[in-house]
This record gives sequence, structure tokens and C-alpha cells, in this order.
Amino acid sequence: MAPILEVRNLTRQFGKGRETVTAVDAISFAIEPGETVCLVGESGCGKSTTGRMVAGLLEATAGEVLFEGKNIRQLDSNAYRRYRQTVQIIHQDPYSSLNPTQTVRQILTAPLLRHRKVKNSAAAEARVLELLEIVDLTPASDVIAKYPHQLSGGQRQRVAVARALTVDPKFIVADEAVSMVDVSIRVSILTMLARLKREFDVTFLFITHDLALAKYFAWEGRITVMYLGRIVEDGPTQRLITDPRHPYTQALLSAVPEADPALAQHKRQIELRGAEIPSLLALPPGCSFHPRCPYVVPGQCDRTVPALEPVEVGGRVACPVRKQDAVSLLV
Amino acid sequence: MVQSTVGRPAGDRHPDKPPLSLQNVHVSYATRRGKVQAVRNVSVDLHAGESLALIGESGSGKSTLGLAIVRLLPETARIEPGVITYRRKDREVDVLKLSRSEMRAFRWSDCAMVFQAALNAFNPVLKVWAQALDTAQAHGWHDKPAIRRRLVELLEFVQLDPKRVIDAYPHELSGGMRQRVLLALALLLNPQVLILDEPTTALDIITQRTIIKLLRQLKQEDHFTMIFISHDLAIAAELADRVATMYAGRIVELGTSDDIFYRPRHPYTLGLIRAVPTVTGGFEQLFSIPGSPPDLVKLPSGCKFHPRCTFATERCQQEEPELELVGAEHSAACWNWREVQAELQRNPLHRGALNVLDGIGSEVEGS
Repeated sequence: MAPILEVRNLTRQFGKGRETVTAVDAISFAIEPGETVCLVGESGCGKSTTGRMVAGLLEATAGEVLFEGKNIRQLDSNAYRRYRQTVQIIHQDPYSSLNPTQTVRQILTAPLLRHRKVKNSAAAEARVLELLEIVDLTPASDVIAKYPHQLSGGQRQRVAVARALTVDPKFIVADEAVSMVDVSIRVSILTMLARLKREFDVTFLFITHDLALAKYFAWEGRITVMYLGRIVEDGPTQRLITDPRHPYTQALLSAVPEADPALAQHKRQIELRGAEIPSLLALPPGCSFHPRCPYVVPGQCDRTVPALEPVEVGGRVACPVRKQDAVSLLV
Repeated sequence: MVQSTVGRPAGDRHPDKPPLSLQNVHVSYATRRGKVQAVRNVSVDLHAGESLALIGESGSGKSTLGLAIVRLLPETARIEPGVITYRRKDREVDVLKLSRSEMRAFRWSDCAMVFQAALNAFNPVLKVWAQALDTAQAHGWHDKPAIRRRLVELLEFVQLDPKRVIDAYPHELSGGMRQRVLLALALLLNPQVLILDEPTTALDIITQRTIIKLLRQLKQEDHFTMIFISHDLAIAAELADRVATMYAGRIVELGTSDDIFYRPRHPYTLGLIRAVPTVTGGFEQLFSIPGSPPDLVKLPSGCKFHPRCTFATERCQQEEPELELVGAEHSAACWNWREVQAELQRNPLHRGALNVLDGIGSEVEGS
């Protein structure tokens, strides 16, 4: 199948001169229609910048984003408008992403009319009620008249999802979409997103720092791990979680606090050589993980940026030193 | 070496006299909409050297309870009724009856609070050394060289390079470094009890791990008495000896970490555990809790969890259950805790550990 989305050597820099920061450094990946891909990494790894470039909210410094095989920078204005509708983004903070002076009705009606998804306001009203039902905001007739401040965090995030759905997207970038929602509610939002994927053929790029959530949401999909602007490893979720190959992925998985006392006791502790993440302003040469990596090979890791190469177990790993070696995460 | 300088002198440990006892503690706020009952009827003993985690969602009262112990609540808050008793060696004080100046002394030298390492936990115009000096002098300690020696020792203990940190402003430090500095500052006056509010929230994963290791060291080697406040169940699983689940201002379940994670008896605790995935191990089916946390001004009748509870019966709508013993060191406030037990026997928890670790399964119910 042709990928619905592909990025090639996608790069984004901020600042200028000596203050230039390369937030995303020549990354390439492709997502098939209907696939769920999670982009994970710590703050500053470039995952949100990537999401914003994919959604068309930020221009790339170099490289390209191909949507349905076409470079989004070469689309004519009609095609570009279609792309911007087809790809939607859900932001992290439902407190600042919804206009506080508008009711749910106004928030959802505006894009329907603006993009001529409905003929008149009566049809818009019916569609808004339908969308609220789809995101499980019931009774819809009560919710429609409310202002954001009258809703809980979880309900607001559902409104944000409903707003993304007004323009019938095929591709949704969910950037930390449940990070600010209480734990007891999170799963229901993820379940709702998974249902949208099945019922409306939406493809998801799910961006999160939470590996446990990534594992749960993309169990049948893939995980891509970023570190300081580069992809260090990707692969089918079940392989990546159980048999990580890149030392950074291993360190990340071994460091994640576990909500299970026995697991917490039996996690293998991978000692890094340095605790602090290097600054993007002074990236180490070669593999940017080498100053912290327990397996560093002097003369190799500090000279050349390792290529992201396929591994037999599935996916790609940017570590020629360790890509063949499985490591147990439990002791 | 570290034990003798950072840790508790052995004489502090009275196994039969808990350093901190909360009896029947209530906290309410006066607001325009009415009285917000943020904490209701909390009674718990904190034993010497133990770590207790308070878990619950936003609005459960866990942070308010932590702030009530050191009386740092806003002026609109009232702590009554309730008694908070603090004991150190032969001294016993009623925290709520302390005068302002006694309270200031109590706050850092007996019971220190470590806030989430946001920038606003520091004075932004003071270097780390000046913050420490300020604190020490405010508590009547004026021996500058001794204060400096103590600070250097503590910064080394939290694995920071004192040379790099001591003359740095807060904004020059990363989030993980700030959290470690806060921890070092909290230990400055040798407190007996540490209250840590979301100690790892908003930190990167690998940084979280270094903080967890440090806190484990404080717990295991130095026998600090600690209260962790976190919305993150993983912090409780990683660090706590006992866990208290809070809902709508009350402790609804209290037990050892294993009791809470493997043998929960309150439907809310069960719901939380079934809602949170683990990373290592196989796939877990997760479930969310229906509805949302209650409005603290207009609390539901009876058990405050009943509108969201799948075990609720008519009695739950009318009478609020008190904590009752459901195991040796385990209590839960639920009329139907035996039903929860039966449900766990029918549908055991599928935690990551079950899928991966041999021999763990026997400890877990229903397997």
C-alpha cells in the first residue's frame, strides 16, 4: 500500500547564526493508511516539532512532507486547503485550545460552515449533535450550550476531538492529547480515538512522552523513538517494547517508573555515563547519545552519525554497535 | 558516610511512637459558591522510617492534606476539626496549635516540604547558596562556614557538582537539577519528616529515574520518614511502603503497597489500577472509571464515589462508609468490599508482572 504520509530528510532549525538549534535533523519515515504510529521521546527530542510540520503548522527548513504521495509545498491552493482539512491536530492543553468565550455550539459550527461541510445552520446544528455523540459527550443537547469552563478537562479534550472531526480528517496528529487528563478518564479517551480509527478510517500519529500509553495505544502499530532531533529506533510496538535494540531505547524503557511494585523491584537498571541530556545548542559529534551511552566505542561513536538501518527483528536501529544484541529489561 | 551526615540518628526512631499522627483532620475553603470540603475526616499514623504515598486524581485532597501538615494553605482555608500530632524524641507537639514563629521553626527543621521543581519553587533572584543561607539564618543558624559545608555535603549527596551549582541561579539549572537542589535544601536543617509533592512530575523519564534512585536511598539507607503526593501510581509502586487512596477529600483505602496494587478492596482503587498501563510485559486490557470526580461544593450523598461505582447499592447512596479492616494492615471504606474481592477472583488483575515474572503470581489474588 502507498503510504498516506511520508517524510523525507525532514529538518527544522530555529534561531540563527551561532544560536541555531536543529530541533529535527533529517528524519525519514512513512505511515500506511490505517496504521497507528507513536512518536515518543523526552522533551526537546523534536517530536512535537515533527507533528507540527506534518500537520502543516510549521514549515520545514529542509526535506519534505509527502501527503498521499504529493509534496505539500507543491500543492496548488485548492489541494493545499484539502490537505489542511484532511490532516488535523489535537493539542495537549484543552484549557487553552478552546476559545473560552464561545459555546460548544459555536466552536463546532464555525468550521462546519466555513468549510461548507453543511448547507445551513439547521444542518450544522444536527451535525454538531451527531459529532458530540461520536465523541461520547452525552446528552449532546445539554453539552452543546456549554462554555469550556463548564466542562471537565476530559470533556474539553472530547470537544477538541469533535472539532477536529468537523472537517472529516483522514489523518490526526494527537500531540500529548491525554497527558493533561486525569488517569481514570484517559483510557476512555484513548478508546474513543481507537474507535474513530476503526469507524472513520483515521490514521493516527500519536505523540507522547509516556511509553506506557504509547504501548497501550499502538499495541498493533509502531513506535518511533526520537532523541535530540533524530530517530534512534523504530519498529512494531510489541518488538520495540520487549526487545529494544538501541541503548537509548533500552535506557528509556528501563527508567520508566512502573505502576506495579513487583515490576518496579525487578526492573533492570541501566547505568548511563551521564545523567544530563546535552543541549541542542552544543550537540555532541557523531551519535548524540555517545556521551551517556554505556556501550560507547571511542573513535567510532563520537565520529560518525550512525545511519538508521533495518534490523531482522523488525524496524530500524541507529546503532551499528548494539543493533544485534538483545538485552533483558528485568532481573 | 552518607548515613552519618544526611541520615537520621538512630535515637530518633521510636517504633511505637509515630512521628506524625493525623486524627480526624478536616480542611475546608470558603468560596463564593459555598464551602469547599477539600479534606474530610482523615486519620492516619505515619511510622518512623516509613514512606506513605497519597494517590488520587486532581481534587482528591491529597495536596491540600500535605499543605495542611505544614500549614501552608491559603488564608481562606480552615483546618478544623482535627489534630495533627508531631513527635521527635521526647517532644510532642500539636501542630495546629503552634504559634507563627514556632510554626516557622517546625516547617524546615522538623518537617520539610519538597515542591514540584517548577521555577517558582525558588526565589529567582537568589543563587543556590543565597537560598540556603537565607533558610539557615531564618532558623537561627548563622555559622556561614558550617552552613556552606553542610550545603556542599548535601549537594554531593544528591549527585550534583557543588562547584557548578552553588553559585548558579535557578534558571541556569535543568529541571532535574532543580529538583535535586530542592531536595538538598529540604534536608539542610535535618528534618525528620519529608513531604514530597509530585517529586517527579514534569521531569523527563531518565531524570525521573535518577530522582527515584535518590529517594530510595533516602528511604532505605537513611530511614527518612516520607509522604509522597502524586497522581502517578507508578511513584507509589516505586517508592511507597504504604499507600493511601484519596477520593473527594477522604482516605478511602489504606494498605501496604502490595495490598493496594494486588489486593485492592475499594472500587476506586481497583478502577485506578485497571486504568494505568505498565511498560514492561504483555498487553493489559485497561478500563476507565465512568463519570468525573465530584463537585467538592455539592458532594453526592452517601459514599461520594457511588455515582461512578459499578458496585454501588442502595445503601451506598444513603450512608457513607467508614474505613474498616479488610486485612492485617489493610482498610477500605466500602460497604461492598467483599464484592470487590469476589470480582478480583473472577477477573484477576493482569499486571505486567503477571505476564513476565515467575513466582509473583502466587502473591496476586485469583491466580
